[in-house]
Amino acid sequence: MQDTSVATVDLVYLARLREAFGRSGEAFALGNGEATVGALLAALRARGGVFAQELAPGRAIRVAVNHTMAGDDTAIVSGDEVAVFPPVTGG
Amino acid sequence: MTVRVQSAPFDLGHEVEAFRAGDARIGAVVTFLGTVRDVNDDATVSTLTLEHYPGMTEKALESIVADAKARFDIYDALVIHRVGELAPTDPIVLVAVSSAHRGEAFAACHFLMDYLKTRAPFWKKERTPGGDRWVEARDSDDDAAARW
Repeated sequence: MQDTSVATVDLVYLARLREAFGRSGEAFALGNGEATVGALLAALRARGGVFAQELAPGRAIRVAVNHTMAGDDTAIVSGDEVAVFPPVTGG
Repeated sequence: MTVRVQSAPFDLGHEVEAFRAGDARIGAVVTFLGTVRDVNDDATVSTLTLEHYPGMTEKALESIVADAKARFDIYDALVIHRVGELAPTDPIVLVAVSSAHRGEAFAACHFLMDYLKTRAPFWKKERTPGGDRWVEARDSDDDAAARW
């Protein structure tokens, strides 16, 4: 059950990032009022360790908000599904 | 428009016949078939596993097809992409485009593949003698998509 008193987004990790982070996703509390993809990534990076490594500036990372490709400036609100993944390699 | 993501193999001939069936406006069908190679970056590949992002994948493919239909004078497009574990020679992806004349169908098929390679949420992991490794995205794919 999601605690409706806390603003959270559903993070989804895919492919190499899922393996590196050791999980397919997590509920992330917007504790510091993160309002954009860029702020969310910065908060994840601040955890240090593998998050800092994999999400380091300059590493190619893609983000989708509610299944649509997003950029650092894309707004996020409570309840959004935010997926973080490496550049795609299908086809 | 038809978009399918599936683990099962597909038959190119069957799919193309079904795609164009009964439509006498069509004068050209261009298809692209992508298949698994047994070597990549100087290593032997024994299996290729494709992961995707359920929920987004179909939506992304439909968006790419809608984009193609807006840009090119085509009747319809079909995209089938497989997921799961595949072996060398297996088909991975099929794109088919129908139009009155070949030019628009060739261009739209090329566009669809270039966009799919950079915008559809699939990832390849290959098994090599040195272990499993994720396939890295190529800058040349971004360059190809940027041409359009």
